[in-house]
Amino acid sequence: MAALGQAATTVATASRAGRVAVIEVRDLVKRFGDFAAVDDIDFTVEEGEVFAFLGPNGAGKSTTISMLCTLVAPTSGRISVAGHDVVTEPREVRRRIGLVFQESTLDDQLTAEENLRFHAVLYRVPSEEVEARIDRVLALVDLGDRRGDLVSEFSGGMARRLEIARALLHVPRVLFLDEPTVGLDPQTRALMWEDVLRLRDEAGITVFLTTHYMDEAEYADRIAIIDHGRIVALDSPAALKGAIGADAVDLRTTDDGAAAAALRADGYKVESGADGIEVFVENGEDQVPALIEAAGVPVNHVHVHRPTLDDVFLHYTGREIREGGGDRPSAMMRARMGGRR
Amino acid sequence: MSVDATPMLRPPAAESDLVGELRTIRMVWERELIRFVRTRTRILTGFIQPILFLLVLGYGMSGLVGETAGFDFKKFVFPGIVAMSVVTTAIFSAISIVWDREFGFLREMLVAPTSRASIAIGKTAGGATVAVLQGTLMLVLAPLVGVHLTVGVVLGVIGIELLMATALTAFGVFVASRIEKMESFQVVMQLVLFPMLFLSGALFPLNGLPGWLNVLTHLNPLTYAVAPLRQVVFSAQDMPAAARARFPSQVELFGHVLPIGADLAIVAAFAVLFVALAIRGLSRTR
Repeated sequence: MAALGQAATTVATASRAGRVAVIEVRDLVKRFGDFAAVDDIDFTVEEGEVFAFLGPNGAGKSTTISMLCTLVAPTSGRISVAGHDVVTEPREVRRRIGLVFQESTLDDQLTAEENLRFHAVLYRVPSEEVEARIDRVLALVDLGDRRGDLVSEFSGGMARRLEIARALLHVPRVLFLDEPTVGLDPQTRALMWEDVLRLRDEAGITVFLTTHYMDEAEYADRIAIIDHGRIVALDSPAALKGAIGADAVDLRTTDDGAAAAALRADGYKVESGADGIEVFVENGEDQVPALIEAAGVPVNHVHVHRPTLDDVFLHYTGREIREGGGDRPSAMMRARMGGRR
Repeated sequence: MSVDATPMLRPPAAESDLVGELRTIRMVWERELIRFVRTRTRILTGFIQPILFLLVLGYGMSGLVGETAGFDFKKFVFPGIVAMSVVTTAIFSAISIVWDREFGFLREMLVAPTSRASIAIGKTAGGATVAVLQGTLMLVLAPLVGVHLTVGVVLGVIGIELLMATALTAFGVFVASRIEKMESFQVVMQLVLFPMLFLSGALFPLNGLPGWLNVLTHLNPLTYAVAPLRQVVFSAQDMPAAARARFPSQVELFGHVLPIGADLAIVAAFAVLFVALAIRGLSRTR
């Protein structure tokens, strides 16, 4: 049992230093015919990090996560996960990662416990440890009292949390979550994030997730914004927001096109959104009169706010992520998240 | 809520690979049994369909064919109905792979760091076990049609069932591994399952068929499983020579009457072939 404590110390130290790379991606390309789904990307994920791939549907998120998980072979480039090459040592990689897919992969005619036991055998968990681990992962996702229930009786959120528990059973170094909260209600979504962050904090697990929810990406330590198969920005949420200006001013005018052109001519940073235009400036409130004048057309509506990840996304891709499809977390979710930070 | 974190940090101790694969086979096998026991409607329908055939064919045809030295068509068709029950259950157990794909569980198995061969073998063993259980359950109907059973006959029947169930489940797993949609599996199986049953001698004697049909029956693996099953059951019945001539139980190949050992060797060869195909099929599945 002494070795156990030692291992814990090692991992904790490494993650605090934040210098151990768990995922290394170099010059990664995936082509389907002439179409480059992933177009030459590089990034590194460090131990203990929550790393988010943010982008609209079809941006290359799923293709990338599939390559990281050894499910799809890259056209070119190198990927190393937990110290093993995904192309030459796929089985070594699979032993060390936990996967939660967008669609459920549970057997709903089995109980929660039976699903976990099945997984334990597939992932070679020593028989004498299975019992303790099942207890532990079920406790982590608060499903200890549903152990003997059939999965068919579970709600969508419970099933998703059981999948996360199952992905942790073999003690992966990296947990991959592909759009983990799609189809979940806001409360369940928040609960699931509590689980994930607790795992990171208590067990030092690295989390790699893809999402097209801005609010969800806020939970990540670092975000890579991916669009058309390329990483267009990669940094912490705060740094990404800071980079585009201190304040965002939304304007609705009688002629948004003319207003945008006029403001750009005056040297302002302007993006066109679905309803109106957005200008990024220092001291937004003070700048409002100057902006109205520079717009050159009647202004109907002004709103000044701190930049959000929506603004970041718009800034880097020239589009709003909502155009890519998918609903957005409700105001309730936002409120919960506000409380958290 | 706070949970002690340390146990999560210990990576699994490496386990010998062979033990790991054997545990995988057992687990996949066990899952098939759990699912079989839990879906009672499946057991029931698996029981009712052969009974219907036994009643309809057995009683219907008995009137037409008549008795020969006290032996009637019901007794002739009974082993065939047992075979039919085994085949249907085996094939529909294999269907669960398509089902698993539809509901995602196949992915859980395919992404695991384990050999696909173990999954194919476990799946085949599970389906075969279920098929043998279902087929053996049919034996309780023996007194109803006047078929006499001994312990030896029952053991012999189970042994032959095991062999044919393995071959057919593996065949089903192979087909299912190549098929993405539930509907296409149903179509393929209707196109394969019924001709296979009808051209196996399970439901009527194969003597006197036209030449081209005769070729088909001899290419059918099931033919070589039905014959030994019938011979084992007949061995315990009181059958005068006239009845044996009227209701033949042996396969003739190139003018030779095949002994039971040859039949079983052919079924075993098919089983090996189909298990190999099933492993290959599942290994190539994404």
